[in-house]
Amino acid sequence: MSKIRPDSAPQNRPLSRRSALKIGAGAAAVSAIGFPAVLRAQSEAIRIGHLTPMTGFLGTLGEWAVMGIQMAAEEINAAGGVMGRPLEVKSEDSINPDTASTKAQRMLERDGMEVLMGEISSASALAISQVALRNKRLFMALGPRSDTLRGKSCNRYMFCTDIPNTVMVNAVGTALLRDNMVTGKKFATLTADYVFGHDLLRAAKTFFDAHGAQHVSDELIATDVTDFSPYLLKVRQAQPDIVCLNLAGNQVTNFVKQYAEFGLPWPTVGFNLNTADAWAAGEGNLSGTWPTVWHHSLDTPASKAFVADFQDKHGKVPENHAWIEYIALKLLAQAMEETKSTDTEKLVDFFEKGAKFDILKGREAYFRAWDHQLIQEAYPFTVKAPGEAKSQWDILDLGPAVPAADQPLEVIYPSREQNPCSL
Amino acid sequence: MQLIFILEQVVNGLVLGGYYLLIALGLSLIFSVGGVVNLSHGAFYALGAYVSVEISRVLGFVPAIVLSPVAVGLIGVLFDRFILRRFYTADPILSLLVTFGLAMVAEQLIRIIWGAAPIPASLPAALKGAVIVGDFLFSQYRLLLLAVVAAVLAGIWYLLQRTAFGCVVRAGIQQPDMVAALGIRLQPYMTAVVVLGVGMAALGGALVAPITTVHPAMGAEIMTVAFVVVVIGGLGSFWGVVLAALLVGVVRGLTIHFVSSAGEASMYVLMFLVLLLRPRGLLGERIEKLEK
Repeated sequence: MSKIRPDSAPQNRPLSRRSALKIGAGAAAVSAIGFPAVLRAQSEAIRIGHLTPMTGFLGTLGEWAVMGIQMAAEEINAAGGVMGRPLEVKSEDSINPDTASTKAQRMLERDGMEVLMGEISSASALAISQVALRNKRLFMALGPRSDTLRGKSCNRYMFCTDIPNTVMVNAVGTALLRDNMVTGKKFATLTADYVFGHDLLRAAKTFFDAHGAQHVSDELIATDVTDFSPYLLKVRQAQPDIVCLNLAGNQVTNFVKQYAEFGLPWPTVGFNLNTADAWAAGEGNLSGTWPTVWHHSLDTPASKAFVADFQDKHGKVPENHAWIEYIALKLLAQAMEETKSTDTEKLVDFFEKGAKFDILKGREAYFRAWDHQLIQEAYPFTVKAPGEAKSQWDILDLGPAVPAADQPLEVIYPSREQNPCSL
Repeated sequence: MQLIFILEQVVNGLVLGGYYLLIALGLSLIFSVGGVVNLSHGAFYALGAYVSVEISRVLGFVPAIVLSPVAVGLIGVLFDRFILRRFYTADPILSLLVTFGLAMVAEQLIRIIWGAAPIPASLPAALKGAVIVGDFLFSQYRLLLLAVVAAVLAGIWYLLQRTAFGCVVRAGIQQPDMVAALGIRLQPYMTAVVVLGVGMAALGGALVAPITTVHPAMGAEIMTVAFVVVVIGGLGSFWGVVLAALLVGVVRGLTIHFVSSAGEASMYVLMFLVLLLRPRGLLGERIEKLEK
């Protein structure tokens, strides 16, 4: 902090001619630069700040996220933009909650971003949502799945597009109940040691309790763990019937590879897996039943068209994070177009009124007004036997949509009684 | 029963320590000969993993394990010739900076060549599975890995202690001027040691590729552990590194047995305690270049 020097600013001297000229010239300069800038803004790009992890244990997923959102931006701009203005999506590595929060503040304050989007880490999303709340600006949390984010920590300015942990547990749970793999069974769980994992464990315990399963052990695992052998020994000591994973990112890949290496006999199931982590596992390592929000084999015309376009552009099929970022930008563009505005309050009101969105699935999705999460179908999937896969991308078998067609979408979501969100 | 579980973690920790050793020993070797703390060591480990996955797609698993360290070792020749050689006699801070920069460049290069997404790699089915000895469970593959590490360790020890090559290297570490006065050019020996160190890192990468995620930042991940091991053991000490690697493996296993979430933190606590009681590491000698 600079000290105030008594001689630096004479207080009571009349305005000199020289000073008056300076002020005049300054004012002229401001009007010359400032006003046209305001006018120009009308046709300028709509700037969207996109934060996603590009390094660390979720970095793999972030690469897909960037491909998805940028592809949506290109398509929207090729079709004339939003209200005649092009979209400009600036993607940056969010790194960790601290950095994510600093970057979010800078994007709103200095970079002139109108909306914040992105994230995969629930912890970083939580930090960004606080920035959005302080600044009263829209933040669309695209990839994080923690229930807490839509529950205790929900706020007026955050909307969540991915399925929450409870839905993932229910999607897999439905398949497990059908296969008689829950009631009376002993579950050993392994849990990612941060807000997402803790949250998923809570949802899993609720499910076990509700269906008479026994929870025999849990291991909390730091996100930077690469060697799981000590944990595998502890799982063996617990002698479960089923090994159940609440892990995230590279943790899942490392675990399934080492589980296959040790050749432990119990079936694995998991309440969280991204397709990219499955692809990274290598042939013969992954098994069990898992949940997903979307998979490229989904059989709807819109989804197939998206997969084909993505393949043309990138030479590979899109992962679920590419999909979610793609549809999220599309639905934001739709909201801006329909409200003819980029104003946060108007957009929030629009989403809260229950507008329907085509998200390339069998059923349309909508934001639930009282907790701001996107209500949509989910799916369980299983792993193809070695040798059955036709390509390196084709290793999973997608199950039928959950909930079944004759049930309302909200039955797999936490109810008002279960979700402590108050906006 | 509890005691058996604890013993099981100890034995598993020793096996894991063997794998840490492979990475840390190369790091220590390059330091003891050239006085350079090679922060890009992890990059050679990552390269070893990627190259082995590529080779195994064409030639199969075993040739990949053998050829990948050779290929990466050749890169080590260039590394020594064009980069390290300029820093052997320079201020240590310069070599720290240049190798740190190189690590970042290498990670980005891997990203450009292979993409940010991890690449799949599997063990051959014959190597999967566990061996149960009494009440102890061992991964069959890790036992094999331990055998390879033991063989490499014995080979390096023999090379340094029992051959003419080792004689010159050891003399070069202690009295480089005297060695030069005797008319022996140290440079080729330095290069050979760098190739050995880098090759060991690559071998480590190739061996763990089938049981861990092969991704661009894997080098940075292992570097932390390798560095902790070397610091605990004492920079430049052969047996110090062996002892520290095994100790870190066992302490980590035991910690996980009692408090599963504290596993990764345990090795830093161990390093903290060792440095507090013995700043030069367990078996380290006083390093003049660093303790002027």
